[in-house]
Amino acid sequence: MSTATEEKKAPLGGRFVGATANYLDERTSLSGLVKALGRKVFPDHWSFMLGEIALWSFVVVLISGTFLTFFFQASMVETHYTGAYAPMRGIPMSVAMESTLHISFDLRGGLLVRQLHHWAALTFVAGIGVHMLRVFFTGAFRKPRELNWVVGFVLFVLAMAEGFTGYSLPDDVLSGNGLRIIDGMLKAVPVAGPWISYLLFGGEFPGDAIVGRLYTLHILILPLIVIALIAVHLVLMIVNKHTQFAGPGRTNKNVVGYPMMPVYMSKMGGFFFIVFGALVLIASLVQINPIWGYGPYDPSPVSAGTQPDWYIGFADGALRLAPPHLDFTIFGKVYPMGVLIPLIVLVVFIILVAIYPFIEAWVTGDKREHHIAQRPRNAATRTAIGAAGVWFYAILWAAASSDLIATHFRLTMEGVIHALQFLLIGGTVFVYFLTKRICIALQKKDREIVLHGYESGRIVRLPGGEYQEVHKPVNEYERWKLVADETFEPLVPRPNDQGKIKGRFRASVSRWFFEDRLQPVTNAEYQAALEHQKHALHEHGDGEHAEIESDDSKH
Amino acid sequence: MTGGIYAGASAAVAATDEPAPVAASAEHGEKLFQANCATCHGMSLEGTSAGPSLNGVGALAVEFQVSTGRMPMQMQGPQADQKPVQFTNEQIQAMAAYVDSVAPGPGYPADRVLDGQGDVAHGAELFRINCAMCHNVAAAGGALTEGKFAPDIMDTSALNIYAAMVTGPQNMPVFNDMNLTEDDKRDIISALLYQQEMESPGGFTLGSLGPVSEGLFIWIFGIGGLIAVAVWITAKSN
Amino acid sequence: MEHDDSKGAVKAYEPSSGLAVSIDDPVQNPGLPPHHPRITDVDPKAAKRAERTIYTLFYVSVAASLWAVAAYMLFPIEDMEFISIRRNNLFIGLGIALALLAIGIGAIHWSKTLMSDKEYVEERHTTRGSDETRAAVVESFRTANEESGFGRRKMIRNSLFAALVASIIPGITLFRGLAPHDAENSPVDLLKQTMWKKGEYLTRDPSGTRIRASDVTLGSAFHVIPESLAGMPHEEGMLNEKAKAMVLMVRMRPEQLIEREERKDWSYDGIVAYSKVCTHVGCPVALYEQHTHHLLCPCHQSQFDVTDEAKVIFGPASRPLPQLPIAVDDEGYLIAQSDFTEPVGPSFWEIH
Repeated sequence: MSTATEEKKAPLGGRFVGATANYLDERTSLSGLVKALGRKVFPDHWSFMLGEIALWSFVVVLISGTFLTFFFQASMVETHYTGAYAPMRGIPMSVAMESTLHISFDLRGGLLVRQLHHWAALTFVAGIGVHMLRVFFTGAFRKPRELNWVVGFVLFVLAMAEGFTGYSLPDDVLSGNGLRIIDGMLKAVPVAGPWISYLLFGGEFPGDAIVGRLYTLHILILPLIVIALIAVHLVLMIVNKHTQFAGPGRTNKNVVGYPMMPVYMSKMGGFFFIVFGALVLIASLVQINPIWGYGPYDPSPVSAGTQPDWYIGFADGALRLAPPHLDFTIFGKVYPMGVLIPLIVLVVFIILVAIYPFIEAWVTGDKREHHIAQRPRNAATRTAIGAAGVWFYAILWAAASSDLIATHFRLTMEGVIHALQFLLIGGTVFVYFLTKRICIALQKKDREIVLHGYESGRIVRLPGGEYQEVHKPVNEYERWKLVADETFEPLVPRPNDQGKIKGRFRASVSRWFFEDRLQPVTNAEYQAALEHQKHALHEHGDGEHAEIESDDSKH
Repeated sequence: MTGGIYAGASAAVAATDEPAPVAASAEHGEKLFQANCATCHGMSLEGTSAGPSLNGVGALAVEFQVSTGRMPMQMQGPQADQKPVQFTNEQIQAMAAYVDSVAPGPGYPADRVLDGQGDVAHGAELFRINCAMCHNVAAAGGALTEGKFAPDIMDTSALNIYAAMVTGPQNMPVFNDMNLTEDDKRDIISALLYQQEMESPGGFTLGSLGPVSEGLFIWIFGIGGLIAVAVWITAKSN
Repeated sequence: MEHDDSKGAVKAYEPSSGLAVSIDDPVQNPGLPPHHPRITDVDPKAAKRAERTIYTLFYVSVAASLWAVAAYMLFPIEDMEFISIRRNNLFIGLGIALALLAIGIGAIHWSKTLMSDKEYVEERHTTRGSDETRAAVVESFRTANEESGFGRRKMIRNSLFAALVASIIPGITLFRGLAPHDAENSPVDLLKQTMWKKGEYLTRDPSGTRIRASDVTLGSAFHVIPESLAGMPHEEGMLNEKAKAMVLMVRMRPEQLIEREERKDWSYDGIVAYSKVCTHVGCPVALYEQHTHHLLCPCHQSQFDVTDEAKVIFGPASRPLPQLPIAVDDEGYLIAQSDFTEPVGPSFWEIH
């Protein structure tokens, strides 16, 4: 707050800015907030910007979507198209479809904004996906961030729902068949299936209510929840502060990086404009969702290559991979397991991912706060579980395009489907083991570099005739990155107050989680190794000083 | 086996009359046939274990199969693939004339049917109901069972579109004139030609394969590009 | 503010030991590395160049925004040509894209080259509140509890909870209105009936023209709807009925059909008609392969054998496609003998 006394100098930013700041602060206490956040430090790593891909594409979705709401009409009343696209002229269709065609063909820049909206939506969900993977593989979901993980995961599910409700709005054959599939899945639910479908569609499928209802969800209810949860997500991130990778000067008790003003404001703001600009560029050059080709929804036509948007692919793939004849009947009531089993698998998968932080906390018994992001290799079991999970998801996703894989690679669709079924189960197990081994191997490699230096490529010949490769030590800041990791011990079941041993199961799971771990290097070993390296280097007459070479980072 | 089907089809199809080809080229066609086709289809078109009888096939089917390079078939498989055409137009006409003379079947359409001036909206509607489930709404093709596929027809000529509808090549059903009238066919052909010629208003179509190619594109170029940008943003400046 | 209880003491800590135990002799953190100046910090010419790049980018952005506005006006689309629509969207889009990218790249370049890259260290504080804060919170709740008697007066408390929960229920009940109130037909009843009935003519989709048995030749595939459907307007639920009544009709040679005794009269001279609604989750099973006599559904690749009561031979479906019993009237047109004898489409709980 500026006082009115002895102002020979103009206030920072000029008199107008100073007066405005004063005006606002006197009414809102804004200065407190700016003080707290203005020079907040953020750590710097590219993988920390993945969440921003999601955040900024969401902003683009909001902006482009708002424009569209002025022109789209979510009604299923029948009308006829009379615009530029000849193959649709005179065809009866819903007002929803007609208004989408109007936006695409009869509004300047309309098609651009529609395409921008759709491309941004795809990027939004993909951004959440990569961000989630980063958080998982670096263990950033551990205490105190477990709740934020759950918030983020709910956002992921809501983003998928937003996407699905959104692309179903034009009421075209492709998205209409998607709704038909949802209807079929709902009907399969035991006891209440047909009733749930009846409620959702306002009667029989397709009815004339669904587009309007999806519109309400898409522009009102879901965005409100998404925006609220994003706010919670960001506030939690600010309160907990961002995690950082291990590095020189970085500890579990500090954050090292650049301040919000001016550096991060500029980087984040710049990234926003780049994301926005890139999406507009794509929207100008590449077509997406050409609903004029699909035609208005009618239950009879269907297109070869009917797939949902990518983020629903894993669900469609799950349906495709179910074997035939799974349904059974008990006492005259039918359980359509061909539909229910994929549904159950998906729900269980989603729940497991959502509660993973709590599972891992239970297994490890770890109650400390963690603010250092782990390198994935240093948490071999978690990384292996994650890799197996990603594989499982990816196979389901690939299965959604089984017919396109068949035509493009000249295979039979039956062969593709059978192969994917095998890869789903067998592959997941294999990927777990493979990843675990790779992580451990990488840990050993890191240790070797610390203790013995890196291979310099320089070969010396000893007087006895032996050839040896000279190893150079890594500089101490790089070395720190390679050793700076916590270690763990499995839980040991102990007798409780009554003398009974409880928690045996938990202990054995904990043992499995931490098996094959490397004990970290002690300082004594470390110093001894450094001495040895210096000694060896001296012996081989290495002319240059190999101590610190800041550009040979073995990151 | 197939010949029997064609026999039934030809009995019902109203033949559109073209002036009969010159007898000389039918002779020429017979020689070509004996040299290139008879091994599988039999010297009297009766069929062998390697290929079906061509009874009831007619000139148009020959035109279709040979001018798209499907015939002579390269090897046995789930489906005869399109490949480089082996014969000149004149030779194709000759073979067609010959086959038509001994195994008459559906003939060439009137010019009107191929003129592309039909009702595009009606044709597109019929296409969606009868054709899109195999050939895709954007005519990009699609998968069938056991390694077969419905090809993309984005470059197919009006004549071949008509020929395919009328002769039902391989596993494609036969769309005779009682199923889709001549006017219906004209409308469908017009709609397809319109689609072939139209400028896609939104930009590159990525093969018109729908959400799969869109998803692949956004992951590879969208997310890939943005991650590259993030790496650039956080890289230490020189 | 010890929240990092990674000491040996943890070993005796009940019940969850197994935390990371720090080794007794860990390697020491070397501290922040020395700051390396950038070229722009050292060489004023480089700094000037960077500055020029940045403001040039920003001015380019202005130009691009102006171009986008100009493109809006220069590329009209009212002639209804696709090339016009393409150009309009392309040039407006490129203008906006360049405008935004230029701002972004300029800002990033500024932050990387000219803004200070000195690293700051900010201390973290324990997430949990201090003991005093917590004690104060507990105290405030305790006082509020005493002053209100909330905990003590259990009748008030319990009845309040009941009232709050109950007050939501009418609101939820209102959402029953999402589904129609139909006293006569439950959703299950509706699923068990279609428009097909005795004497209903089989007609072409979408024109509604009747089909003669002789029209259906070997190898052809007809997409069929009931005649009553074709004339039905959309407002009366035409699509709802179509979603159940659509049928695919093909012809085999009669000897190819494997039919059980009771169904031998459901086909006519080798012509068979099956529901087109997939029994998996309801997509149209429309792909007919005339040689293999297989019906393929494009959504999840269920396959049905038309010669054998449309049984499932591949894919996630279980139930065969319901068959429509057909016959021929005295003029040779195909008619249905009755409705389907089982519900069409996806299986559900009370389907039997």
